[in-house]
Amino acid sequence: MISPPLIYALLLLAVPLLTIILFSFWTQNFLTIDRTFTVANYAEALTDPLYRELMLRSLRIAGLVTAATVILAFPIAYFISFHVKPEKKALWLFLITIPFWTSYLIRIFLWRVILAYDGPVNGTLLELGIIDEPLSWILYNANAVVITLAHAFAPFAILPIFVSLEKIDRSLLEAARDLGEATTMTFIRVTLPLAMPGVLAAVLIVFIPTVGDYVTPRLVGGSGGTMIANMIYVQIFDLSNRPMGATLAVLAMLTVTITLAWFILHIRFWVHLSDRVGGGMLGLVLAVVAAVIDIAIVRWVFLHGPDWFGPAGSLGVLAAIMGGGAVLIALFVPKGRWGI
Amino acid sequence: MKRSPLALFAGLYLIFLYAPIILLPLFAFNDGTIIAFPLRGFTLGWFADLANTPALHEATLNSLIIACSVAVLATCLGLFAARAVTRYKFPLKGGILGFIMLPLVLPEVIVAISLLVVLMQLGINASIFTIILGHTLLCMPFAIAILQGSFAGLDVSLEEAAVDLGETRAGAFRLVILPIVTPGIIASLLICFIISLDEFIIAFFLSGNEPTLPVYLWGQLRFPARLPVVMALGTILVTLSIVLLIVADIFRRRGLRRTGQSETGGFL
Repeated sequence: MISPPLIYALLLLAVPLLTIILFSFWTQNFLTIDRTFTVANYAEALTDPLYRELMLRSLRIAGLVTAATVILAFPIAYFISFHVKPEKKALWLFLITIPFWTSYLIRIFLWRVILAYDGPVNGTLLELGIIDEPLSWILYNANAVVITLAHAFAPFAILPIFVSLEKIDRSLLEAARDLGEATTMTFIRVTLPLAMPGVLAAVLIVFIPTVGDYVTPRLVGGSGGTMIANMIYVQIFDLSNRPMGATLAVLAMLTVTITLAWFILHIRFWVHLSDRVGGGMLGLVLAVVAAVIDIAIVRWVFLHGPDWFGPAGSLGVLAAIMGGGAVLIALFVPKGRWGI
Repeated sequence: MKRSPLALFAGLYLIFLYAPIILLPLFAFNDGTIIAFPLRGFTLGWFADLANTPALHEATLNSLIIACSVAVLATCLGLFAARAVTRYKFPLKGGILGFIMLPLVLPEVIVAISLLVVLMQLGINASIFTIILGHTLLCMPFAIAILQGSFAGLDVSLEEAAVDLGETRAGAFRLVILPIVTPGIIASLLICFIISLDEFIIAFFLSGNEPTLPVYLWGQLRFPARLPVVMALGTILVTLSIVLLIVADIFRRRGLRRTGQSETGGFL
């Protein structure tokens, strides 16, 4: 019974994905494709500062979008799960998902209108006397991409968090309060940890597609907001260099996979740190500080590594740091509460 | 519901979510060529312009052909998968389902360029047909998710009873199962229709010289003078999506009630 959809997915998803992996090892020779196996594309993509910058920017924007979306979504999911009457929950969820089903292109374009120099945001702020001249940092740059994508992916973050909040046994919260925990501490020590599977799911669902977004950077990103998908498009359509486009696509998928694997392993480490000091406020702060330091190290090596170790060497150092850290964590830090 | 800061935040968040959709009709009915405030007065002129743009009619026809084909194809494939997953046990079930659901999270650009590269390599020209193939791949996970909901609460004994009473397997499916899951099928058809109608990236990469509505819209965004017309077209598209969505949701709930499940809100 499963076979027709499976065959369809194999033919139209697995075969094409394998084909672009194959393509990435070929090269474009003016009008023809040279089918000798080579890693030249990868060497170029990994060492050229332009590609590195685009990849890093895509990751940074996707990371910011994910953070913004999840942080904004959590209170909404919490509100619907804990404060809205049961019979009205369905209506609220429906209200939140409606915008998602309308044309993506039109929504993104309207953000260009909203954030424009003479748009409603600037107009309102000017009217209210909050600013003296229109803000120019909210359109045609990375900020605009973050705002717009945070809007586009909102339901993807709200729904998984809502589901995990709904699963929380309310008597646990009562127990915590009966045992003398304050409301805030109950939230940090009981609700938040129990909602984390939903938060993690939201992170994955938002992060993966945003890295490869094409429309938003094109419409609101300007030159400073260009992302890797735009480069893939340019390679394939404008430069007719399909192998290079394929290479960038494969690298984008690889980078996302590696980043997420690194992130999930490090969450284990951060949660472990937090638990060691007994959780609560201190644990939360400690985990966040550790996360910031971890990310800063990797980012620094990626950005400044080439000056110190050469382009290829910096990748080796990066692999050593990320891989070494991952092995250390996998070996020495016990699995956390959420099975990761 | 208490008036708490959280409720206030929820209200503001809804405004944030709906801001683009609220602004859209404002500019579509605005009697001015510049998309900016202040508004200048009411006009239906932009909608009238839509009527005499032949290229637009062609794109609309393409989009409708694609969306209808995709809705039927994806729902049929979804039916197979949803029934298999809810009714039978087989090896690698999780892995196979996960793979079929993959287009949900894979960046669309990746799906689009890999399809494009294969089609170019096979010498198949980009056309309406290739867009249908791509969109079906994209819509299948949604169809499966919705249909799984209708199949999940289904009592196996209903089908067994029909078979015991002398129906064939196919007859039992047609006479017993199908009527119960019909609302789910309608919901799935409508949702796939909406997704295909609004989908841009795959259509953009695979359309060749047969643009769909979103691809046509994309082309128009470059011309500032055409923007009010784009707004009018957008208003129609968004209204259509919302109406279809509400109808789909009514059917989905009816389907859930038929199998005695509680209504939890929203798709996905």
